[in-house]
Amino acid sequence: MLLYIVRRVIMLIPILFLISIVSFIVIELPPGDWVSNYITNLRNSGIDLQEEEAARLTAIYGFDQPSYVRYGKWMTGILTRGDFGWSFQWGKPVNDILRERLPFTIIISFSALILSWLIAIPIGIYSATHPYSLVDYIATILAFVWVATPGFLLAFVSAWLIFRYLDFSPLGLNSTEFLDAPWNTAKLIDRIKHLILPIVIIGLSGTGATIRVMRANLLDELKKQYVTTARAKGVPELTILFKYPVRIAFNPLFSTIGWLLPAIISGEVIISVVLSMPTMGPALLRATLAQDMYLVGSIVLILSSLTVLGTLISDIYLAWADPRIRFDATGK
Amino acid sequence: MTVQQQTKQAAQGLINQPAGDLDAIIEEQLDVKSERYYYAKQWQLIWWRFRRHRLAMLSSILLIFFYLIAIIPGFMSPYLPQTRFENRQQSPPSKVLIWDENGSLQRPFVYALTRVLDPKTFKYIYTEDRSQRFPIRFFVEGDTYKFWGQWETNRHLFGTGLDGPPLVLFGTDELGRDILSRTFYGSRISLSIGFVGVILSFFIGVTLGGISGYFGGIADEIIQRIIDFLLSIPALPFWMALAAALPRDWSVTQTYFAITVILSIIGWSGLARVVRGKLLALREEDYALAAQAAGASQPRIIFRHLLPGFTSHLIVSLTLAIPGSILGETTLSFLGLGMQPPAVSWGVLLGDAQDMVVVAQQPWRLIPGAFVVIAVLLFNFVGDGLRDAADPYAN
Repeated sequence: MLLYIVRRVIMLIPILFLISIVSFIVIELPPGDWVSNYITNLRNSGIDLQEEEAARLTAIYGFDQPSYVRYGKWMTGILTRGDFGWSFQWGKPVNDILRERLPFTIIISFSALILSWLIAIPIGIYSATHPYSLVDYIATILAFVWVATPGFLLAFVSAWLIFRYLDFSPLGLNSTEFLDAPWNTAKLIDRIKHLILPIVIIGLSGTGATIRVMRANLLDELKKQYVTTARAKGVPELTILFKYPVRIAFNPLFSTIGWLLPAIISGEVIISVVLSMPTMGPALLRATLAQDMYLVGSIVLILSSLTVLGTLISDIYLAWADPRIRFDATGK
Repeated sequence: MTVQQQTKQAAQGLINQPAGDLDAIIEEQLDVKSERYYYAKQWQLIWWRFRRHRLAMLSSILLIFFYLIAIIPGFMSPYLPQTRFENRQQSPPSKVLIWDENGSLQRPFVYALTRVLDPKTFKYIYTEDRSQRFPIRFFVEGDTYKFWGQWETNRHLFGTGLDGPPLVLFGTDELGRDILSRTFYGSRISLSIGFVGVILSFFIGVTLGGISGYFGGIADEIIQRIIDFLLSIPALPFWMALAAALPRDWSVTQTYFAITVILSIIGWSGLARVVRGKLLALREEDYALAAQAAGASQPRIIFRHLLPGFTSHLIVSLTLAIPGSILGETTLSFLGLGMQPPAVSWGVLLGDAQDMVVVAQQPWRLIPGAFVVIAVLLFNFVGDGLRDAADPYAN
């Protein structure tokens, strides 16, 4: 088991390296470097920057050197000091922005993932045990429509409907009257009410696919002989279902985290923008519109690394839960 | 067709059949119909199976209609996307009536509207002027446009004519532009970007997937790691970051192709997987070995012998990849990172209506969103139908 974990972690290194390269390419993509843009902007707005100051800024970020040196500087900063660079748009270190926003992104994405399972697993089980029933058809149709609807449209329409019929604005983390209020129960309830909509919408985006995975796996399991044997021995139908096939059908769910997580993170970005959540999404949008490339690159780096780490955790869980994978991978 | 070829095809038809069907086929052998079945080419078989799939057939007909709109938006829509109706800003969709005030049946018509500003709420209030009916007619004269940029004409499929009041079936925006015409014109970008993007993904995917699947070894290893990497990163932040790097002063055409390229950077990986998987399987077939033994060159084996074996799978994957590009463009344009006004696409139209207040007062501004959902649904239905039809083992 330990050997397997070590192997998986080592395999992670080249992927993380690739992610960092791509993020850095993103930073370098816009024509011109940001220090000279920054200096031009300052000069245009009437603030005259001293030549030495300009030279100092250029030297700090290594714009007088080839790009691989800049990459080295950026990476050394991240790896040794946890320093992601400077956001000229916010006028503060990228770290400060990440520290404020990353926790919300993680909380919302994680809750959305859990919620999507809470919805998808019962429906998947029902669809598999009652194939071609009404519920199965409705679930299939809904999953189709769901996949076809852009998340932002859904968030947008539901926010508007909630505003219209429940007289409650689900935008932001708290209603305006609680913004400066000290923490109390009323504020907490308000916060939870605001978090429900984004979590539900992001969570539902992965539900359709999860239902289908669960349904297909369970259908396969239910056809196997041990189920027939158990039935012949007189084990109650529900006990059969939940004791063996459902547990086995869970495992592929974990192996699909690898592609569910990118979808959830993408969904989190766009839906947070629509619902003005203070997460990485709106920060990324503002940064991209302003070509604040250190922030953009850092966010891409962090979100991608998060996804890859999530996949790693699911793989380790899978190896722990399913001995076949563990023994296959270590070659025992 | 020589006798030899015919026997070969008939034999192939038999081999393609699942064992269980063999008895049924032998029974039907006397029928003329089944004879047709034997000699049918692969594509004909696929078409016959596809035709039976009702939802997929209906979806493809609707899709053809969608693309017809995208090809000749000037003719299909009553106005130009930039035509502004003074005094008709933010007007709700025109009510099309078929009964007049006396309750007698008429051909569909609209009333002219007069507008007053409510001094309290600052909302426009529209009242119908019932003195005159304006019937909706076909092939009416209207704004002049260039048919395919070639022939100048002013004929439109439907409308109220030059003297009629504006016919705005989807309402207007705050500049008084007809949402229906803008949605129709927007389909040009929104529907074509799916195709162009997929063609690009196709070329990259087939080339790299082909190299990976046929040659294997280190090339395979490297390409597989790149695909794993691309599939593991969240697409949207990556697209946003790349779109951010596009110069703001680019023309509509330049942005269009740049967005296509951005969407394809991740899009090819799925196709490459399909190609590789299929090539790996087919490469081991006897006929590939036979071709090799006969001295065929590797490109000839790949393109002449192996590729036709999974063209149908490729087409299915392509059909199912188009919605991703459409949704990607819509999302990017909605965020203001994709196509920029004055270009019109469904995403741009939705981006115009981004404000919650706008939607609360003018819900009809979300109609382009319905077009996105329907187009994506149709592609998924057609793709599913094709997948079933292309599978020789499907019953």
